[in-house]
Amino acid sequence: MSRLLILIPAFNEEAAVGGVVRSVRAAMPDVPILVVDDCSLDTTVNVAQASGAKVLSLPHHLGLGGAVQAGYKLAFELGYDYVIRVDGDGQHDARDIPRIFETLQKSGCEMVIGSRFLNGDAPYTSVIRALGIRFFRLILRPILGKDVKDPTSGFVGVNRSALQVFSKSFPLEYPEIEALVVLQRKAFRFEETPCRFHPRRTGKSSITPLKSIYYIVHVLLGVFINVLRLPRLR
Amino acid sequence: MDRLLNFTTGMSLLLITLVLISVRRAHIRVEYSVSWLIASVAILVLSRQQRLLEAIAAQLGIVYPPLALMLLAGCVFVIIFYRFSVIISKLKDDNIALAQKVAILEYHLHTVKPPDSVK
Repeated sequence: MSRLLILIPAFNEEAAVGGVVRSVRAAMPDVPILVVDDCSLDTTVNVAQASGAKVLSLPHHLGLGGAVQAGYKLAFELGYDYVIRVDGDGQHDARDIPRIFETLQKSGCEMVIGSRFLNGDAPYTSVIRALGIRFFRLILRPILGKDVKDPTSGFVGVNRSALQVFSKSFPLEYPEIEALVVLQRKAFRFEETPCRFHPRRTGKSSITPLKSIYYIVHVLLGVFINVLRLPRLR
Repeated sequence: MDRLLNFTTGMSLLLITLVLISVRRAHIRVEYSVSWLIASVAILVLSRQQRLLEAIAAQLGIVYPPLALMLLAGCVFVIIFYRFSVIISKLKDDNIALAQKVAILEYHLHTVKPPDSVK
């Protein structure tokens, strides 16, 4: 029996994380849930534990990539075969987890991306984000050799091979797009599967227009560095 | 020209003093003070040796020698900043790995079951 872990990175998500854990529990009753707390200043840890999740508490704030990689490292150490990442802000619909898991198992792909664009445009994507996604789709197409509809999606599942790679090397800031390039350079395969996305349950996104520009430059640089650094395996 | 060179001499002496005090108080580790000391001593020497500075300026095709000193000082400091960027990047990577390790060890510590007590 393949072992699956649900990974929820969270930072100051006390208002949302409990609901996320409960919805994951409802969708996958027997699957362990690990919340990686990125040194939240609020009661995220207590809420996650009270909701029935195990919690990996980071001693100081590492950012999204550092938190996700910590979860991947622990999952690899504990021998899990698959890990599916769900954001702690409630944007991902836990009812789609079984579909991602099924695709991971049946396709044999190293990574499965939950895409908000496979069933038409998502209603809850900001204009700036939608433009950014289109831009990166254009950039990534020649590098990856195929179109990725939703390269910034954090709703992803990985198998043990990808887990091994990511537990050693994982982009620390804005990891989603760079992670795709890392996998492609290792001749790993990925697929997309349609998923539902919702607006944040609480709080607001930390992405401002100025940060968006920084994001684009940072990710572009990361993509090209990875293309140059990692020889492409066939 | 003399006033500018005197100012540069004063600044390099100030930098040397500042670095030495910081090393003495353990605010800067010795290995990280070496770059600053070498750079500030080099600027000090050039600001007091006008013939040497004029020769270097002539080699660089710069008419005004103090400008050559500023250019050299700028280049040296850029190299030092680059070196520190490399060091900071490595420290950040080490720091992240360490924080993840601590978190994982704590997780194991809290999930380990205590051994059965011997009756």
